[in-house]
Amino acid sequence: MTAFTSHRAALPVLFFATVLVLPQLGLPPFWVTLLSYVGLYAIVALGLVLLTGVAGLISFGQAAFVGIGAYTTAYLTTQLGLSPWVGLLAGIGLTGLSAFLIGTLTMRISGHYLPLSTIAWGLSLYYLFGNLEMLGKHDGINGIPPIAIGQFTFGNGASMYLLIWAVVILALVSVVNFLDSRAGRAVRALKFGTVMPEAMGVDTARLKIVIFVYAAVLAGISGWLYAHLQQAVNPTPFGLKYGIDYLLMVVVGGAGHVWGAILGAGLLAVLSNFLQEWLPGVLGTGGNFEAIVFGIALVIFLQFANEGLWPRLQARFGRRLPRQLPADAAPLTQIPKPARGEVILEVEAARKQFGGLVAVNDVSFSVKAGEIVGLIGPNGAGKSTTFNLVTGVLSITSGKLNYRGQSLAGLSSREISSRGIARTFQHVRLVPGMSVLENAAMGAFRRGEFAPQRGILASLARANRKEEARILSEARRQLERVGLGDLVDRPAGSLALGQQRILEIARALCCDPALLLLDEPAAGLRLKEKEALAALLDKLRGEGMAVLLVEHDMDFVMQLTDHIVVMEFGTKIAEGTPAQIQVHPAVLEAYLGGAQ
Amino acid sequence: MDTSILTVLIQDGITTGAIYALLSLALVLVFSVTRVIFLPQGEFVAFGALTLAAIQNGHAPGTALLLVALGGVTLAVEGGTALRLAATRARFLRRLPSLLAMHLGLPLVLYALTRYVDLQALAMPWQILLTLLIVVPMGPMIYRVAYQPLAHSSVLVLLIVSLGVHLAMVGLGLLMFGPEGTNTKPFTEMQFNLGESPVSGQSVIVLVTVAALIAVIYVFFERTLTGKALRATAVNRLGARLVGVGINQAGKLSFAMSAGIGALCGILIAPFTIVNYESGFIIALKGFVGAIFGGLASYPVAALGSVSVGLIESFSSFWASAFKELIVFTVIIPILLWRSLTSHHIDEEA
Repeated sequence: MTAFTSHRAALPVLFFATVLVLPQLGLPPFWVTLLSYVGLYAIVALGLVLLTGVAGLISFGQAAFVGIGAYTTAYLTTQLGLSPWVGLLAGIGLTGLSAFLIGTLTMRISGHYLPLSTIAWGLSLYYLFGNLEMLGKHDGINGIPPIAIGQFTFGNGASMYLLIWAVVILALVSVVNFLDSRAGRAVRALKFGTVMPEAMGVDTARLKIVIFVYAAVLAGISGWLYAHLQQAVNPTPFGLKYGIDYLLMVVVGGAGHVWGAILGAGLLAVLSNFLQEWLPGVLGTGGNFEAIVFGIALVIFLQFANEGLWPRLQARFGRRLPRQLPADAAPLTQIPKPARGEVILEVEAARKQFGGLVAVNDVSFSVKAGEIVGLIGPNGAGKSTTFNLVTGVLSITSGKLNYRGQSLAGLSSREISSRGIARTFQHVRLVPGMSVLENAAMGAFRRGEFAPQRGILASLARANRKEEARILSEARRQLERVGLGDLVDRPAGSLALGQQRILEIARALCCDPALLLLDEPAAGLRLKEKEALAALLDKLRGEGMAVLLVEHDMDFVMQLTDHIVVMEFGTKIAEGTPAQIQVHPAVLEAYLGGAQ
Repeated sequence: MDTSILTVLIQDGITTGAIYALLSLALVLVFSVTRVIFLPQGEFVAFGALTLAAIQNGHAPGTALLLVALGGVTLAVEGGTALRLAATRARFLRRLPSLLAMHLGLPLVLYALTRYVDLQALAMPWQILLTLLIVVPMGPMIYRVAYQPLAHSSVLVLLIVSLGVHLAMVGLGLLMFGPEGTNTKPFTEMQFNLGESPVSGQSVIVLVTVAALIAVIYVFFERTLTGKALRATAVNRLGARLVGVGINQAGKLSFAMSAGIGALCGILIAPFTIVNYESGFIIALKGFVGAIFGGLASYPVAALGSVSVGLIESFSSFWASAFKELIVFTVIIPILLWRSLTSHHIDEEA
């Protein structure tokens, strides 16, 4: 393990080792209890980092999931006399199931509806706890037995402290592992929209539900620990106030960072404890000064550190280590490629109507393997719409769209990408905080050993290392192929625009395509960058790749393409070699407004 | 259940539902203009109701003093940012008289009024006007101090700012008004019969006010330049900015409207619901549940949804009062299901 020789990688181990031996070093019971709560909060906050910080889905409802976990074990152990371990399993099952149902209903909502709806269902679960006869209404359930393994019971504060922090470690490791996996990279892309991950074959709707369920299960486990630590439950700690607190911890700690969860949980628990003790002495007990001071402090804090505390601390720890890849990873399996010159894309009388507007009017053309086809035309000619029909972003109204003999009509962009058609975007869609290597690896999402949308449990336990090595090696190979081999560890956001466009092509190549669709790849590039891009596309053509590009830059198109399709007002007006197109009367008319 | 109970429940439901409709309007307005999920919306409801109650009981409302403090802070923030650069300094000094009048003069005058005028003796319209004058300026001031410096941050950060403001306002509410809830005096004692069933004049006043206000808001957005500027900002912030709409002005204006709508809702609801320092939050949330019915696109459907929420609430408080809140907030689930099945998902940046 080369990683452990560095100081930075040893820090987490040192941190947890210190936390675990603290009670043995004579930590006062008050602190043992307080830190136990920090641990309980941190488990919930870790799930929320994944959901809110990384994926951008804001939830106020986590406290309610803590409640489901706590009440399940409380009911099963006191009313039915079952073991706390049964309570744990049932609690995980019930929180997971509730989260699945709620997630299926709400994860598609966007904007402010999602966070506000989490308030609503969070509140309704809270009122449910407080009004159900079997859960003891507002008094809750008392006399919950402690957790036991064989003869040993976790009866006192110190033993529960150890158990709680052991769970924190497991939760943290699992979240870190997950984020460093195929699905984890897709989750990190979610915040920036769903079009790019969908085009790489990610079922984003499903992925959102997966992380929602996972965050809820972590909350449920925290609830289980809470119930057996307190040995009593009542509805209060599962109300909206606590749901808000969890979100605060994550934001104060640093929303996008797993260690921010622990930092935030610790800071908030300790701070609110001392505010509660200290403020009434200073300001009197007439009002809820804690809330006022806390609220104002929060607003001031955000003015100065709206990214949270962790990123600021992290800046002091230095840069991320370069990733070590095993040299012997087996290459990923490839789709058999067509022979050079074989027609692979046939567009026949393709038509797209938006109501009465015909955006694409019975356009036909074809693309052969080992050929670069340019799709040009003035603004509003329907090029992008045609492009979106082939990539599955829009559905075709009528006509034929065949790829290697099979129809693409009605397929989602996810399914189209898995057939071997890969694309880039007009406005670069990379995940700026992820490394160049990880961004490229997004393209290989569907090519893992696990079925495309599976392997998530394996990733939590790090049982996916072989798959990861193969995917990342493929990404490195494609980056070397396009000439970005020296930049693999740089964050994608730090590259120049030209390099970012090349990176998008490398990502597309990771999809194992036979047809590459490029949406204005030369837009905004400098001359040198354009030359590098043209050289790369020329090289790919030499290797038998078919390329369809939409482009405005005439020099670029004329010098590079084998065949050009010209559109105007949704209709194909000309087709032929660059030399033919340059003298075609209809084209001159369209571009120059009449040829004399 | 006989018809008379039924009428009372329906009347109750429609009246509170109308108030929820106004609140949902304010929530949607603020979010679309500023991207702020304005959780403190409810606190303005409480501040409005409790300020009026204090005035009617002849106490000087604590909100007047709060306004003086907020005005001072706003002025300090305004000055602190402007004086740092020579370019903004001159502009700031030019604006100083109006800034002083708005942030120091007006609050002090209002404070003096609450101290030295016999508030109980004022006619109710004057009491209501005074209440609005005290509460509404807090909206833009809070925007200036807490939100404007972070206007370009993520929705999440803005949401957390809202949480901070919400916590501080609830805490201040407790400090100013104490934990006890109060009612305000009804606008009218009038009762009349519509066919067989009794109708209270109070409900009629609420409905007429809400309808008038919605009409005014409609005209504002459809017919005035300022209203159109706000709509432009809601559609495209950058584009609006490029054609000369001031983002900060739009933000302050939307917060002023939101504070005004909130305070007015508090004044409308307080005669028949007991309001305390923390009940505003739940009231505003019910407005949101109504808004979910219609989505952003349709204000009439959102209004209809809010009225249904009011009806559901009033009927469930009759049949299963312990489960009242549970039922209201669970209603959201089938609505979400319906919306997720009917609406096409469109990626916002595509």
